[in-house]
Amino acid sequence: MAYNNHADQTEEICLEVNGLWKIFGKKAQEILKSDLRFESKEAILEKTGNVMAVKNVSFSVARGEFFVIMGLSGSGKSTLIRMLLRLIDSTSGSICVNGEDILKYSKKRLMDFRRHTTGMVFQYFGLFPHRTVLDNVAYGLEVRGVSKAERLAKAQEAIETVGLKGWENYHPSALSGGMQQRVGIARALTIDPEILLMDEPFSGLDPLIRREMQDELIELQDRVQKTIIFVTHDLHEALKLGDRIAIMRDGKIVQIGVPEDVITSPVDDYVREFVQDASPAKVLTAGGIMDQPEALLYEWQGPKAALRTLRDIKEDYAFMVSRNHRRLIGLVTLKRLKAVIQNNGSFPEDAFEPDPPTTAPDVILEDLFPIAAEADYPIAVVDEDGRFVGEIQISSIFESMTQNKEVDTGE
Amino acid sequence: MNEFPLFLNIPLAEWVDRFMDWVLVNFSVVFDTIGHVFLIMLLNIERFFLWVPWWVIVLFVGVLAWRVMQKWTMGVVMALLLMLIGSFGYWKLAMMTLALTTSAVVVSLAVGIPIGIFMAKSDLAETIIRPVLDAMQTMPSFVYLIPALMLFGLGKVPGLFATLIYAVPPVIRLTNVGIRQVSKDTIEAARAFGASPRQILFDVQIPLAIPSIMVGINQTTMMALAMVVIASMIGARGLGLEVLLAINRIEVGRGFEAGLCIVFLAIIIDRITNALATKQQKGLES
Repeated sequence: MAYNNHADQTEEICLEVNGLWKIFGKKAQEILKSDLRFESKEAILEKTGNVMAVKNVSFSVARGEFFVIMGLSGSGKSTLIRMLLRLIDSTSGSICVNGEDILKYSKKRLMDFRRHTTGMVFQYFGLFPHRTVLDNVAYGLEVRGVSKAERLAKAQEAIETVGLKGWENYHPSALSGGMQQRVGIARALTIDPEILLMDEPFSGLDPLIRREMQDELIELQDRVQKTIIFVTHDLHEALKLGDRIAIMRDGKIVQIGVPEDVITSPVDDYVREFVQDASPAKVLTAGGIMDQPEALLYEWQGPKAALRTLRDIKEDYAFMVSRNHRRLIGLVTLKRLKAVIQNNGSFPEDAFEPDPPTTAPDVILEDLFPIAAEADYPIAVVDEDGRFVGEIQISSIFESMTQNKEVDTGE
Repeated sequence: MNEFPLFLNIPLAEWVDRFMDWVLVNFSVVFDTIGHVFLIMLLNIERFFLWVPWWVIVLFVGVLAWRVMQKWTMGVVMALLLMLIGSFGYWKLAMMTLALTTSAVVVSLAVGIPIGIFMAKSDLAETIIRPVLDAMQTMPSFVYLIPALMLFGLGKVPGLFATLIYAVPPVIRLTNVGIRQVSKDTIEAARAFGASPRQILFDVQIPLAIPSIMVGINQTTMMALAMVVIASMIGARGLGLEVLLAINRIEVGRGFEAGLCIVFLAIIIDRITNALATKQQKGLES
């Protein structure tokens, strides 16, 4: 199955990686020039003693996008994210940030790039144990040569952003893991980078704290709108956070796509195995599984016309929408409609089902369950402007849960 | 028949002698200048120690010990030990020994810490310097007295020089170890924020190596004190000379007194520098 490595063309590209390779070892260039490079990681290791860490990787990330790189340990994801700011040098390829190839930068220009354009958050925090929280957070600006008053003010701001107010003068060792990582995030935010690089930032935290931090990161991203490159080995985390996900195996990107794509159409067995445990209920959205009803009722139609429509489509309900913008007005049921016609009741008001179930397109299936349990009729999907965009049959919720997977984990 | 064959003989001693002669002939001006600079420094430090009233020094040591060890009893004990030296009648000699030790430590640190940093930054440097340090520490300390004597003549300066060679290895080693021990994650974080190698060294590596360097300073100081005593054999006056004289004249009491004074000095210096080192360590952990 073909997939698109690249960000939506209509958006501004922030980062573009092309044909990137990394081979650890003395024979790196030799391997790259020979056919050896096409062989598996194990074969190369056996034949040359060198390690193929990143293999011909290409992708691009749009400004403001949350891009997740996911893979198991040893898949090369941590190497890849380090290559993006040259903490590890690439063997070959190009990494363009705002159109400039950073692999061509001089040492001085590279230092400048790291000081201004990128901020990184590490799995093991990488905090400076001899500095207070405030001085840790201010470090990026200190390196840049910003005056003390200014950098401490900005650091203070970042500390408040991550909710650590009151902890400024403690040393990192006095803080819990979750709090230490907040310091790490604050340190990266202080320099106001264009690109935020996060290398498994929450892996070292216990599950409860991890979930909390993920939620806060989503909230933070809504506010600051950074371009984020996020590395994780946790599929749930990837699906929850990522606008797009790249799945890596043995140094290669095997699939790139939005979370729904990855779940519903895994590109090969590796990805399928990876997503096996993922509950579609947490990934698929109302918008993704909704259908278009065969017919809609319009507000200008009378009760007779409505009855005819229902008979035509052989259904016992239909949604009524406004003339302009398809705004949802109500759910007309056959039973009530007949009553209106017999008793000469007022139409359409008396034909409406009271409190018809509705939902938004971006609601995940899991959150539809309680609505579905109560609903006697299909659920209307309504966008933020109140427009009717589709309907969800109760049965299709459960079908979509099982359709794409051989085994339902029932999670 | 068990004679080692003569043709395998390596006349190393002769070569070293010839080398020293050559150095003396060609570089005596250099060594005279160095010796002169050291002598001025030494004399000034010594003059200072002898100029400060004894009770000021006792008080200072007492308060310092109390502050760094967080126990007033330790302050009292240290002050009392120093008083005892005066009571035995060795105040002046003890101050001379202290002056020479201090000078040797200052020079050792000035030389040793940069070498230790260099060693930590380069694996090649470490491979070369490490065996040299081993040799410097295992060589009997008396051996250093001979070239020191030849280069600088009799007196305090050769004493300082011999002490420097004997006492500098620990601070070099522990600076190296301290810097190498700094976690890779921490250094990587500094790099990621665009820190230059210089910034990484001064902002991250050295501050985190301080506890280790402090242990090195403690060891260097103790070794300097030990060597200063031995250096009395080439005319560095002080407590060591008293011991030497006592040996020559077989005066057991005098030797014991002087020896005890050296022990007291050692205890005072060790406890204070040691407490400083552990304080640094705790400062990093808390």
